[in-house]
Order: sequence, then structure tokens, then C-alpha cells
Amino acid sequence: MKKIIIILSLIGIIVISAIGFFSDKTYEPTKLDELIDKYPKKYTPSANHTQFEILKQNFSAPQKVTSACISCHTERHKEVMQSNHWNWTREEYIKGRGIISIGKMNAINNFCIGVDGNEESCAKCHIGFGMTSSMFSFTDPTNIDCLVCHDQSETYAKAPEKGGAPSLDVNLNLVAQSVGRPTRANCGVCHFYGGGGNNVKHGDLEESMFQPTRDVDIHMAVDGPNMSCVDCHTTEKHVIKGKMYSLSSMNRNRSECEQCHTSSPHESSILNEHTYKVACQTCHIPIYAKVNSTKLFWDWSTAGKLKDGEPYSEEDSLGNHSYLSIKGSFIWGRELKPEYIWFNGTADHYLLGDTVTDTINPLKINTLNGSYADANSKIYPVKIHRAIQPFDAVNKILIQPKLFADEKGEGAFWQDFDWRRSSEAGMKEVHLPFSGKTSFIKTEMTWPINHMVSTKDLSVSCKECHTRDNSRLAQLTDFYMPGRDYSKLVDTAGIGIILMTLLGVFIHATIRIASSKKRKRKQHE
Amino acid sequence: MSKQIYIYRSFERFWHWMQAILIFLLAATGFEIHGTITFFGYKNAVTYHNIAAYSFIVLIVFAIFWHFTTGEWRQYMPSRKNLRAQMDFYLLGIFRNAPHPTKKTVLSKLNPLQKIVYLGLKILVIPIIVISGLMYMFYRYPQGSSIEVLNIHSVEPFAIVHTIGAFLLIAFIVAHLYLITTGSTPTSNLKAMITGYEELEDEHDEKVTGAAALPLRKKTEPETLS
Repeated sequence: MKKIIIILSLIGIIVISAIGFFSDKTYEPTKLDELIDKYPKKYTPSANHTQFEILKQNFSAPQKVTSACISCHTERHKEVMQSNHWNWTREEYIKGRGIISIGKMNAINNFCIGVDGNEESCAKCHIGFGMTSSMFSFTDPTNIDCLVCHDQSETYAKAPEKGGAPSLDVNLNLVAQSVGRPTRANCGVCHFYGGGGNNVKHGDLEESMFQPTRDVDIHMAVDGPNMSCVDCHTTEKHVIKGKMYSLSSMNRNRSECEQCHTSSPHESSILNEHTYKVACQTCHIPIYAKVNSTKLFWDWSTAGKLKDGEPYSEEDSLGNHSYLSIKGSFIWGRELKPEYIWFNGTADHYLLGDTVTDTINPLKINTLNGSYADANSKIYPVKIHRAIQPFDAVNKILIQPKLFADEKGEGAFWQDFDWRRSSEAGMKEVHLPFSGKTSFIKTEMTWPINHMVSTKDLSVSCKECHTRDNSRLAQLTDFYMPGRDYSKLVDTAGIGIILMTLLGVFIHATIRIASSKKRKRKQHE
Repeated sequence: MSKQIYIYRSFERFWHWMQAILIFLLAATGFEIHGTITFFGYKNAVTYHNIAAYSFIVLIVFAIFWHFTTGEWRQYMPSRKNLRAQMDFYLLGIFRNAPHPTKKTVLSKLNPLQKIVYLGLKILVIPIIVISGLMYMFYRYPQGSSIEVLNIHSVEPFAIVHTIGAFLLIAFIVAHLYLITTGSTPTSNLKAMITGYEELEDEHDEKVTGAAALPLRKKTEPETLS
């Protein structure tokens, strides 16, 4: 009896100490409840713009609407004119380069390559009017397009290739009287279509995000919290939190999950510990491009083929363009697992005129810095867009071709389909030399994946990374990860020792049994 | 002349079997975490491994206490006496049905080879596993902790040392399981560890059972220490 009591109390002590140790005393279950409570609340505007006489006038030009806005909101245009959305450039410090101005204005990418020389077409997504190659004035506040972001009638649309002007059929009175806090539609109309079509660039920002379901994005879900872009990309004085490392370089003004969820949102301390080295997105966005395909590969070198002298297009099985005479060949992908990189929030970029020294490996258009050894780095999911794009092999610089023009003969590739002429015209525009011969080079561009957050139950499971074969993190080899990594020497030697022991046991047992039988036989005799 | 002797007391047996269960659980979950097998699921394996690890540490603390308060630690003092004879027995004598060279008594339960191996486990293999395991659990990434000394760059060294310990322990268990059968009968050792009683040869004037032997122990100390 005494023994039983001692044993039971011992077991009791062991169990209690284990429970005591594993129960997390710091977890507050209220944080998520708070958020769930806070976000579905409907935003109520503080003024009804249909009441204002000034917005009932007959607007002869979109600039007149802007003037009307400024007549009440007397300081807002100054904020807008400081913004990246307006300037398409900003000052950033890049290690090794110093402080530079970088933005859409002068950056190069591996989609439609660059804005320079193509302003009138690109300006469809500029928050201004009248942007042309040379005549655009960044100092005239009436050129600000307030409506593209603040229209709530969902009838406002910019005309293609008109330097940012609205379509002629837009009722400016209706739009001007509807203005309010930007919704998903306002942001999405540009940010979902970057690169010349739905979901071409990001992969995690596309049409399905206008009215997403919970399966697509847990935050913006219409059957969920129904959050809008600006709920996370919080904005003060037209400075919007968040940026994309296709253009950004510095670790500042980022929009992060931790803003709401804190850096230790899990009940499990092991999961919370992961947040030192793993970004939220890595586990919580298991797949992207959930609904529509995104562009994964773009080969400019095949562009320019004509049928009967006319440009043509081809489509893949999902209805995406697989070939366009004006742009070349594409590969698209849907429901994709991201690739993963170490990232510390700083990036470098290929800037126009940079000499390419390594022509064997793909050229990185943007380089997201980070490594395991860097204390500020975490693992992030990314889409890597690979391309083959125009390159001047003699001067060893990327070519910024002129793509768009209203008519033939100006050297624009989309009119004339002549690489030499469009390269010449484009490079002249950016004041860079051109050797006269257009070659092509492989490039890569890295796009962090931040949207299309899945429900908790679909998060990446332990085993998808902590596994020897096909680990999601198989490419990140600069650290030891349990379950994936092991010492070949230790495992081989260890299994060897166990097998040797088993063999020894087997031999010993065999001799024992044999000798014992022999003995018994002898005894019988 | 032989009789049933109470040789393994209740705590000793509890400790032994608890340890056995925990080591099997730790090995199964540990090698799942290591990526060698799949059984519990990775997340469960980690949780169970941690619970078993803490239970094991608690058990070790109790066992250490027990060893010192009862003086049983002396059982593990290595001795050269009979070492050669014991080796000869396992390599030759056992096949000829020769008698065990070391008499098992309450005061000297272990033969010289066992003493060396168990002492090695206690002061080398188990501490290596426990310490590397604790470091594995508690090391922090450089920015992860305010305790600077725990800011170690990588889990790799701990993981590898921990794995070495695990392999050694499993090799020991394989041999241990086999050697159970080498008692006076194939099952006598197992029975003894379950019931506490083992049929031992009656030794000169000792007619005592384990628990009652305590007061006598001190008097016979020099013998067991030899």
C-alpha cells in the first residue's frame, strides 16, 4: 500500500511539473477577439459631398474637379505632391550607392521594362492628368487626380494611353459627389493590373481581391472581416504605410502583420519562437495566385513575330496569353507555392546604366538582402518573375526600349516591331549609349508575397519545411533546420553502431543456442 | 543453496521502468524530429518529446536523490576485480554453461562490466543528452533573448551532439535487452526487475532482504567499495 502511494505521488509530481512548465502564462486570448470586433465596423464619412454646390457645376475638364477639391481641402494637395504615388520616385539610401532617387520614373523591371519614353501609356496608373514624355508638370496641383483614389461611385475610369486623363464618358459630377475613403476597388484598379493585365506582377493582388471569399484572403473576405486595403495600409496625411521592394530599398514605413497581431500571436511558445526568424507570411500564405494565374516567365526575345504582317496572340489552356507579338512568350501559373528567401527589409536594384559583369547567371533586377546570419533577417515568401529581356551586349547594360507610341515610325516596338530602332529610341530618351545591336539576357525579379492570407487550418504545417525531401525551404541552405538537416557522418556512424550491436547480439545468441543444444544432446547420450 | 532475495526495491523498479518507457518515447519522437521516421506527426512529436524530456529530468532528479540517500551510488564504483573473468564469461564461459564469475548480491548487484557501462551512461551519455537537449530547447537566436550568454548562433552543434547521444543510447538498449537473457535462466533478470525478487545463491551470513539490509550496509562498506 505504502509503495503504491509513493509511486502515485511520484507520477503526480512528474505530471504536475510537466503541466506547470508547459502552460503558457503570458497568453492573452483577447487580442484576436479585439481585432475581430474592431474591423468589421462600417466607416461612416463625416461629410456628404452631394450637398456641396461647388461639386454641382459643369466640369469642363478633370482639372476643374481638382480645383474644387482644393478650394475646401486647402492643404491636401501639398501632401499628395510629396507622395510616391505622385512623384513616382523617392530618395532612398542603398548601401554601396548612397542616397539615390528611385521609383517608377527611373527604375527598370522585367515586365514592360520601364516608364521612360512610354509615359502616356503608363500614366493610366498615375494619380495625375496630362503625363506625357516631356510636358508633364509635377508642380501643378490641378493635375492631381483626386478621383481615382476617392471615387465611391465605381464609375470613374482612366482612358488608356491618354496620359492619365479619365475616359470621356465619365460623369464627373456623379464621381465628385461620391468621394470618400478609398476602398479595395480604388486601389485595385491599378495595383491588381500592374504589368499590363490582371495579376501579371504581384501574384497575390488581383481581381479576385475586389470581393474575395475567406478561401482567398481571410482579412478582406466579404464573408469575413471585409477589410479594405487602407485598414492595414494606414494613411496619415496621404503617406500610406507599406511599399513594394520592386522599387523600395529601405527598411522603413512597412505595413506589417505585427501592427495588429503582435510578434507573439500564437498560443504555442514554439510557434512564437519561429517569429524571430520566420515572417508571418511564410506560414500563413501557403499558396498565392489562388484564383487567377500570375505571370512567371516573360521572354521578350520572341516578340515581333507577325502573321500576314499583323501582330497576333496565342493562349494557353487557362485562357492566358502565351504569346503576344508586341511582348513575346509567357508562362503563367496558378495556385503556386511561393519561393523563400532571407530578407532584412533592405534591397538593391539594377539601375539604368549599371554595367552587368556576370552575363552567365540571371541578372537580379532587384536584390532583397538577407541571410540566416543576419539578425534582422527573416524567411519571407516571394514570387520570382523570370524573364529574358533586351540587353546591349557591347555596352553591357540593360536596354530601355521605346515600346509605346501613338503611331508607326517613331521607333516604338509596339508599332514598328523593330528591336534596333526601339532600343535606339528608348536609350536616347534615357541618355544612355546604344551599340546598335539588341541582345537578350536572363533576369530575375523578386516580389514579396504579403496578401492572400489563408485561414489558420490551411497554414503551412511543420512537416512541409521540417522534412528531408521536398522541404519548402530546400533552397535556404545556410542554416541547420531540424527534420531537414543532419550530419551524414553522425547518422551513418550511429546506424552503423546499432547494426554492429545487433549483429553482435545475433552471433552471440546463435552460438549460445547452438552450444546449449549440443550440451543437451551430450547429456542425453 | 539459493533462495529468493528481495534485490530491487520499489523505487528502483519504478525508476527503471519509467526510464525505459521515457527512453522509448524519446527515441521514437526524437527520430521523428530528426526526420528519420514518421509516426506521431511532426508537431505532436515535438510536443511529446518535450513533455517526455521534462519528465525524464524530473525522474533523474529523484533518482539522483535516491542514489545518494540510500548509498546505492556505490554500486556503480568501477572495479577491476573480476573484470577479466567477466569478459571471459561473456565471450566463452556462457557457451559452456559456466557459472557467472561475479556473485550477485544485494550489496553488489552489478558485475564489473555493468558497473563500467552504467557509470558511463550516468556520467557521460545521459548528461550529454540532457545538456545538449536543454540547449536545443533554450538556445535563442541572437535577437531572441535578453540573456546574452544564451545567444548562440545555431542549433546545429546541439542537434548533432544530441543525435550522437541518441544513437549511443539505442545501441546500449539493444545490447541491454539481449543481456537480460543471460541471467541464471533467460528470464530470471526480467522477473527480478518486475517483482524485485531474484533467486540468488545464499551468501555466507547474509540472510537479509534489501529493505532490511540498510542498517547492515555500512558495516559491509569496505567490501563493496573494493
